[in-house]
Amino acid sequence: MKLSFSAEDEQFREEVASWLAANLVGEFECVRGRGGPGDEHQLVEERKAWERKLHEGGWTCIGWPKEYGGRSASIEQQVIFNEEYARAGGPGRIGHIGETLAGPTIIAFGSEEQKAKYLPGILRGEEFWCQGYSEPSAGSDLANVKTKAVFDEASGKWRINGQKVWTSLAHESEYCFVIARTDPQSVGHKGLGFFLVAMDQPGVTVRPIEQITGTSEFNEVFFDDAECDASDIVGEPGEGWKVAMGLLGFERGVSTLGQQMLFQNEFDAIIKLAKENGAAQNPALRHRIAEAHIGLRIMRYNSMRMLSGGADGSLQKEAMIYKLYWASWHRNLGKLAMDVMGQESEILEDAPYELNRLQSMYLFTRSDTIYGGTNQIQRNIIAERALGMPREPRG
Amino acid sequence: MEFTFTDEQLMIRDTAEAFLAEVSTSEAVRAAMVTEAGYDPQLWQRVCEEMFWQAIHIPEEYGGMGLGYVELVAMLEQMGRYLFCSPFFSTVCLGVNALLVAANDEQKAQYLPEIVAGKTATLAFASANGGWASDSVTATFSATDNGFVLDGSYRYVTDGHSADLLIVAAREAGSEGEQGISLFVLPADSAGVSRRWLPTMDQTRKQAELNFEQVAVPASALLGESGQAGAQLEQILDLARVAIAADQVGGTQQALDITVEYLQERQQFGRVIASYQAVKHKAADMMLKAEAGRSALYYAACVADESLQGGPLADQLSEAASIAKAYCSEAYFFNAGCGIQLFGGVGFTSEYDIQLYFKRAKSTETFLGDASWHRERLARQLLDGESAA
Ligand SMILES: Cc1cc2nc3c(=O)[nH]c(=O)nc-3n(C[C@H](O)[C@H](O)[C@H](O)COP(=O)(O)OP(=O)(O)OC[C@H]3O[C@@H](n4cnc5c(N)ncnc54)[C@H](O)[C@@H]3O)c2cc1C
Repeated sequence: MKLSFSAEDEQFREEVASWLAANLVGEFECVRGRGGPGDEHQLVEERKAWERKLHEGGWTCIGWPKEYGGRSASIEQQVIFNEEYARAGGPGRIGHIGETLAGPTIIAFGSEEQKAKYLPGILRGEEFWCQGYSEPSAGSDLANVKTKAVFDEASGKWRINGQKVWTSLAHESEYCFVIARTDPQSVGHKGLGFFLVAMDQPGVTVRPIEQITGTSEFNEVFFDDAECDASDIVGEPGEGWKVAMGLLGFERGVSTLGQQMLFQNEFDAIIKLAKENGAAQNPALRHRIAEAHIGLRIMRYNSMRMLSGGADGSLQKEAMIYKLYWASWHRNLGKLAMDVMGQESEILEDAPYELNRLQSMYLFTRSDTIYGGTNQIQRNIIAERALGMPREPRG
Repeated sequence: MEFTFTDEQLMIRDTAEAFLAEVSTSEAVRAAMVTEAGYDPQLWQRVCEEMFWQAIHIPEEYGGMGLGYVELVAMLEQMGRYLFCSPFFSTVCLGVNALLVAANDEQKAQYLPEIVAGKTATLAFASANGGWASDSVTATFSATDNGFVLDGSYRYVTDGHSADLLIVAAREAGSEGEQGISLFVLPADSAGVSRRWLPTMDQTRKQAELNFEQVAVPASALLGESGQAGAQLEQILDLARVAIAADQVGGTQQALDITVEYLQERQQFGRVIASYQAVKHKAADMMLKAEAGRSALYYAACVADESLQGGPLADQLSEAASIAKAYCSEAYFFNAGCGIQLFGGVGFTSEYDIQLYFKRAKSTETFLGDASWHRERLARQLLDGESAA
């Protein structure tokens, strides 16, 4: 076991840090620490401009292979980039769905034509993506999608009909990757296709959903004879599930250390407040603060284990617990923030419903244990895949 | 960054596992734990001669294997899994660590080879006042013409009734906290030392009470500078906490494994109880505890290694040890407690092993500070601007 980074990697860290220090200034001062879950709807134009700035410096998609414009950065370097980015107060990445989900999927499963058509826009920070999986009747049971895709021989295009829901950032996106049923007779994960669909067309309607926070970061998306080209299906009709599941495996957790830096920033804000308002003297709160600290440190060590192993594709138990672990930890942090604020936790910044950062975090953390596989679904997966217990009966 | 075991470390772990699976069976544990010494002397001799475990992190110049703390932790984890009854923890994780941290070259050259040759050792520091840091030291020392005289009592001394060699902490009369503390090494049969075995709820770990009445030791018994050993004692205790956490992680994992094995066999309502979601989710939570505890442990092991060898992370020892000890204590208790519940009635019998883990979880939780003790220690560092004491 070795905890330190190589000298070369430390030099890379230096490079990232100094670029950020030199560029996250001036017109970009305002986006510092903004965006991300709970603040995703804020300063959108400025953050899109920041994505283009990142591209100028060669800092988008660094984990992609060089042939597609990335840096072929090692896992360590990606970790370092994410850490330094969060440390510098880099804003929530509007481009993250394209960079970490759509792009890698297209690189792994897409055709040359798709690569040429879609990768450059993601790389340049000019085209943004959203994820069209969930539907009113397909939540945890994702394979139950009802949206249909039919190939229209006359126009030579796929025609898509149906509804997606909870689609984050759909209102800011140029494209959506959609799973839809290509075989109308099929059920479950068979007979699905994976489509790359332009949002700016008459057949697509986006309706924002107001969240618990009073803001809208996710949407309903309606497809009424929406179209995409014959060449816009990734893989063959019927292979959509395989492509969608492959996508979940891409990330291997490189962004987790950056996410943890954001958590650390939130935690530091709580500590600062506790020292100021006297909560630090309350024995019960002291212990919960220490517990949160322990939890966050272990989250980091756990990610380091995840990133060090599993290159051989082996099942990693530390990776399997990760979502359940961080989501539960973060949810507790939200509650802790409110309890440290005490009576002031109720008082808003302004009418009609302007939350301060910790209030917004508190409410938003309620979604952490739901999206991307709920805590219950995570436990099912752990019990079945890691512990070999019987699978859930299906209706 | 390679935060995973090397092939060599994996080999050490697997060898330990294979040996323990053979010698530390449920029957062997149950036979050893009801004796006063708490271990089988012949087996311990075999460990010392064939496996050479007592020498694992003793430097080669003193006849040891010269391996690091990560290797030690990998072995301890397996000992925890198999509830290994032996003087390993007291001798290696208290005695050897104390000598490595505090002894001068001459003292190391005298005592470490004795341990390599099979002598056992332990550390005595705490009185009955409930603390787990240097403030729990109440025994005193005073200087004489040719050495020191020690007076006072120690409680909760691991294997204190059976160890050959004692390393003890004592303070200058009137001193407080970390101030005025000295460490001494002496044979356990020194005149004026009386020792009493304390029967314990967890029978797999033995504890004793020691009384020192006018115990005279030569000047050469003093480890380090007189009255200056407070920080060294803290370091020794933190190293021991990491070792305990390793035992706990092993037990946490084993409690999960034997529970899941049972769940897959036992049928109720016409199907195996492992198929019930309430049961599956509990098992998933147990796995989360085991894995998170393991992450905390391995990090602490790397830090402990740097603390002994000198490295950039050395000053993180107290924090890493507290994080590991706090988390792993609760994880072990959680898994052993859930284990009993999921076993049902048989979990409450003495026949099934889950009760042994449940008891060991509690004794290791308390020893060297439970989770709230460590949380308060971290809270002082985070909130009061103090460095961890
Ligand atoms: C903030 C946010 C952003 C999102 N962004 C996107 C996005 O961009 N794109 C997208 O496609 N989706 C997105 N989602 C949707 C998200 O993935 C789903 O909400 C999630 O998968 C759960 O589905 P559901 O809401 O239909 O809940 P349901 O599946 O109806 O679950 C309701 C409850 O039942 C439990 N449950 C369900 N099945 C089981 C079972 N087998 N065993 C035990 N318990 C069970 C669940 O744990 C939950 O507690 C987002 C959601 C949120 C909250």
